[in-house]
Amino acid sequence: MSVLVIIETEKNKLKRNAAEVASYGVGLAADLKTSCSAIAFHSDNADSLGQFGISKVAVVSNVPMHFDANTYADTIAQHVQQIKATHLIVSSSADAKFLAPLLAAKLNAAYVPNVVALPSATNPLTVKRTAFTNKAFANTTIEGSCSIIGVGNNTFGAIENPVSCDVQSVVYNPSTSLLEQVSIEKETGKATIADADVVVSGGRGLKGPENWHLIEELAEVLDAATACSKPVSDMGWRSHDEHVGQTGKPVSTNLYIAIGISGAIQHLAGVNASKVKVVINSDPEAPFFKAADYGVVGDAFEVVPELIKKLKAFKALG
Amino acid sequence: MNILVCISHVPDTTSKINFVMDNTLFKSKGVQYIINPNDEFGLTRAIWFKEKHGATVHVIHVGTAAADPTLRKCLAIGADKAYRIDTPAHDGNHVAHELAAFLKTNSHDLIIAGRESIDYNGGMVPGILAGILNMPFIPNCVGLEIDGNTATGEREIDGGREKLKGTLPMVIGGQKGLVEESDLKIPNMRGIMQARQKPFEVIPSSNAMALTKEVSFEKPAPKAAVKLVPADDIDQLIELLHKEANVI
Ligand SMILES: Cc1cc2nc3c(=O)[nH]c(=O)nc-3n(C[C@H](O)[C@H](O)[C@H](O)COP(=O)(O)OP(=O)(O)OC[C@H]3O[C@@H](n4cnc5c(N)ncnc54)[C@H](O)[C@@H]3O)c2cc1C
Ligand SMILES: Nc1ncnc2c1ncn2[C@@H]1O[C@H](COP(=O)(O)O)[C@@H](O)[C@H]1O
Repeated sequence: MSVLVIIETEKNKLKRNAAEVASYGVGLAADLKTSCSAIAFHSDNADSLGQFGISKVAVVSNVPMHFDANTYADTIAQHVQQIKATHLIVSSSADAKFLAPLLAAKLNAAYVPNVVALPSATNPLTVKRTAFTNKAFANTTIEGSCSIIGVGNNTFGAIENPVSCDVQSVVYNPSTSLLEQVSIEKETGKATIADADVVVSGGRGLKGPENWHLIEELAEVLDAATACSKPVSDMGWRSHDEHVGQTGKPVSTNLYIAIGISGAIQHLAGVNASKVKVVINSDPEAPFFKAADYGVVGDAFEVVPELIKKLKAFKALG
Repeated sequence: MNILVCISHVPDTTSKINFVMDNTLFKSKGVQYIINPNDEFGLTRAIWFKEKHGATVHVIHVGTAAADPTLRKCLAIGADKAYRIDTPAHDGNHVAHELAAFLKTNSHDLIIAGRESIDYNGGMVPGILAGILNMPFIPNCVGLEIDGNTATGEREIDGGREKLKGTLPMVIGGQKGLVEESDLKIPNMRGIMQARQKPFEVIPSSNAMALTKEVSFEKPAPKAAVKLVPADDIDQLIELLHKEANVI
């Protein structure tokens, strides 16, 4: 028995979510009284996982540079068999959610995504996860000898626990890929909804796409990702990639700022997992105020420019 | 081309989520069920392939007769045949293995499922299915073209898109973007009448296994009341976010 944390990298560096999954893995190993190691692909700073209590990392380099789910899953499965890992920890990124079901099939492992805490019991292993798009939690027991736990973004947090970390390069022979990458488009340097600390989101209250500079400027000051409600993307004001909610992207961030969004049940379901919610809306009866932590009843066209100005001043003070 | 669309049958997006039997069971009484929205985008794309390229479209659900009206609706929208594997769905692993057993004897060129079901949000059935059958798989799929034996799909990644190409048979995890909201079809009278004549086959379970079990449910703790800040005192908002909430 042992815990294996699957670490994601980007341009050879650990992704931000590495700290959270590593911390979860170390916590789980302590509960299970077993050891915890990690595996990463194309990494030149894997040793920094030592900061979060990981003492051993296997680094794989003989796989495609871009994330290729089939070869990556096959490699991990071979490593799992090699080190006899029984509990695998993955993040909730788009790549992790691609990888985990393929791994589950290969290992005949139970996969439980969107887990928010360490197990409440270890025999049988019982974890709490979100269900019904954040409208509830399900306490889920896991059968069988191997399991994959998907940690919800920003649910467990990073826990510093410095140890010395031994990095070893490993080589496996994964099967060939089933898919060819034709192209990839990725905004670089811009925060994404999946891993930003702050998300600034606009709704129909902004009246039209020409007013989105307000959302973008506010996002820039806060180093935030931008998002929108469903009608905004349906009307083509914003790209469909920005649509958040029950049928769009889930948001589980530290700070979610909703501007001119009424707070329909389908919108709330998808963003409720965010820690702190701020609502700016001209209608004091907007349902979103019931789900918010902080609110400003006011006209977005007055409040947002003021907020941008004041935040710039605040940031300038450091 | 034979397309199989996997349909999950979920509570309407406006449903109040409550539990019964000491919080061990979802309260389905009074809940309206719908085609999982992600599957509706996939089904509409499949019907587009049928109209443009003469594909055959089958729909399948693993579950009880409670979902029959949902499957009939799929037929009314334009699917040619419905299958239901007659067993309550236990978890993603169970459903994927039931579907895999079906596909081993009823091969299809393209299997379209949804990115995730909006009830249990597993996001795992199509991936596990592809893994069992060793087929290429494109999740979070927002665009799909077929050319002969080759499928090219676009998947959403964090902060962008990736275009992938592979050979049929293939499994897709679809979502909005496969078609637009405005392309979704509402069944008309003619479709509803025709649906009654279309084949609907109930097949026995292959007794696949579940690996997880939901033992109880909880609702999130009630929220404290919102703190309102006057619109002319934005400094106070910044102060609260900085000092109290610690998020800026
Ligand atoms: C099956 C289904 C799935 C859905 N999935 C989603 C989903 O995933 N995500 C999603 O977002 N929606 C979803 N919806 C749609 C949802 O029901 C709402 O229609 C939508 O969220 C409303 O968007 P909105 O808040 O931008 O617009 P509106 O409801 O029109 O709200 C606009 C708000 O702006 C405020 N406002 C107007 N002017 C100003 C101003 N000058 N300053 C400040 N505030 C102003 C108004 O008071 C109002 O509250 C779904 C619906 C269905 C049926
Ligand atoms: N009981 C089921 N029967 C058929 N297909 C299903 C079932 N459950 C899930 N699916 C398919 O798998 C997708 C992902 O579901 P899930 O893994 O439950 O989030 C859904 O969008 C459906 O296409």
